[in-house]
Amino acid sequence: MAENIIINGLVLSGVYALLAIGFSLIFGVARIVNLAHTAFYMLAAYLIYSLAVTAGLNLYLSIFLAIVIVVITGMLSYRLVIARIRQHEATTLIVTIALAVILQEALLKGFGGTPRSVPKIISGSTEIFGVAVLNQQILTFGIVLLLLVATWLFLMKTRTGVAIRSTAQDREVANLMGINVPRMEMTTMAISAALAAVAGALVAPLLVLTPGMWTHPLVMVLAIVVLGGLGSLKGSLIGAFILGFAENLVIFLAPSGSYLKTSVALTIMIIVILIRPEGLFGVVFEEERG
Amino acid sequence: MNILSFYVSRSYQFLRGEILVIPSRTIALLLCLFLLFFPLISANDFILRVLILASIYAIFAASWDLLSGYTGQINFGHALFFGVAAYTAGLLNYNLDLAPWATIPIGALAAVVAGLVIGIPCLRLRGTYLAFATLAFPLILLGVVSAISSITGGERGFSGVDPLAGSRVASYYIVFPSMMVLGFIMWKIADSNTGLIFHAIREDEVTARASGINTTRYKLLAFCLSGLFAGIAGGMYVHFMKVAGPSTLELLLSFQVIIWAVFGGIATIYGPIAGVFILYPLQDFMLSRYLHVPEELTMLIFACIVLIVLLFMPQGLITWLRDKTEKICPRCKLQNVATRSKCRVCTADLD
Repeated sequence: MAENIIINGLVLSGVYALLAIGFSLIFGVARIVNLAHTAFYMLAAYLIYSLAVTAGLNLYLSIFLAIVIVVITGMLSYRLVIARIRQHEATTLIVTIALAVILQEALLKGFGGTPRSVPKIISGSTEIFGVAVLNQQILTFGIVLLLLVATWLFLMKTRTGVAIRSTAQDREVANLMGINVPRMEMTTMAISAALAAVAGALVAPLLVLTPGMWTHPLVMVLAIVVLGGLGSLKGSLIGAFILGFAENLVIFLAPSGSYLKTSVALTIMIIVILIRPEGLFGVVFEEERG
Repeated sequence: MNILSFYVSRSYQFLRGEILVIPSRTIALLLCLFLLFFPLISANDFILRVLILASIYAIFAASWDLLSGYTGQINFGHALFFGVAAYTAGLLNYNLDLAPWATIPIGALAAVVAGLVIGIPCLRLRGTYLAFATLAFPLILLGVVSAISSITGGERGFSGVDPLAGSRVASYYIVFPSMMVLGFIMWKIADSNTGLIFHAIREDEVTARASGINTTRYKLLAFCLSGLFAGIAGGMYVHFMKVAGPSTLELLLSFQVIIWAVFGGIATIYGPIAGVFILYPLQDFMLSRYLHVPEELTMLIFACIVLIVLLFMPQGLITWLRDKTEKICPRCKLQNVATRSKCRVCTADLD
């Protein structure tokens, strides 16, 4: 029991962390609430299914292609749709929901409502401290850790990373310092979509794919970024681990846990923001200049 | 007799001076009259059902607008009010055999209480935090409702709730006039002093507070009012559908109401109502029945329509139409037809 909670908790939290960090990045840099974020994750999983299972391509090649296609989709939807209406906050919400619904319905049309599954990248299991762990789970967690470190290094050490962070802090001053703000936003969108796509690629073998699989992660991602503090990457990471483990604890320990897992996770979020309205590590955004 | 002729001539003057001079108001009046007498033309059960549900959702979308459009407190979990009222009314009717005229107000009161319960903790939050926090409440309740299936029927809900009225037409004549009356009340609230304060809170809360307005009280008032109207809609829904199920609390309904309201145009009340009456029939049957779109594509086309309309009219369809056909007089702030060069009342130049 305990080992199941720990293993599933780590894998689930890692995936949530990837999703939440991507969501948080684009919110921090461009102030866009991208509700289609987890739809990109679903799109990646389905692309891998169609390329690897239906078209019979090599699994690694199809994962790579899927990530590329999702990044292009993300950048196109940013350039063609989101960038045009981003100053209207409520409209952005609706348009990104509409994007997600379009993806969902397109997948439903293409693949039908029947659950699909993707072959594991590596099969078999390893025994760690006497517990059998699927190799896929180890791989998932390893790649998540690697990507988190890579994202952190990218944001902290590279010129582009610094430019992205300064755009997040203050768009106008960043612009005055010669940073190409629209390009930074585009780059961030690409990174954010790529993180979502990788998350999709990693969990696709562990889950069954249905065209409705984007809603639950979306709710969790929203809860995580609020819990951790909007715009704070550290907060998103810690929030992801808190809620990921909370969900698994409830599933394994509480009666009718699968119904209550979302309730408990969301209640934790509500309690935290009641005590700290800006979340655990929230940055209080200055009022944006008009 | 004198009094009667006085009122008749006054309302005739009002009709000529305030409604017939502006085409959009004339069209709205004609549409209302048409829908009011619609059952005389056709008593088609299916169309009446769509119109009844559209009216219920119109109340619901307008109540979202009252809270989120006017006060700017974007509520992502508006289904909470709908679901709380639906389950309260349904359970009271099912277990205690209370009639719909009693259960709907009690359900609405329960929704007001829900408004207070989520309003008080949410007072400290603003903007995006508030939106995401409110998203959580209906989902928390949904989990609880699914878990205690012995009382609530779990994921399938429970059926056997009394119908709203004996026949479809009678239900229509309960729901549609209530929609008009409640819509009018919401519009009046939004137009009153309170509505002005709601506007002020959305535009600049700090300044509103500095002007001596107790913004906390007004925000709570907005949550309660919005809960009241959404609760009435929820109660009517459960009695019309005769089923209380978890679909009244789902994420989709919370998103749906925002889609309707934003599509019509927020902070207008009539925008969301028009949005529902355009979008709900479209997504429910018009695409598949009259335009011969295959069933599985309707949702896709629906989402594309919403996307395209909002790309070109980010303020919403009705707001866009209003701005194209009407001008506001700079001196007396009255609406004028866009073709006029002078205000119809004060003859000031319209630019």
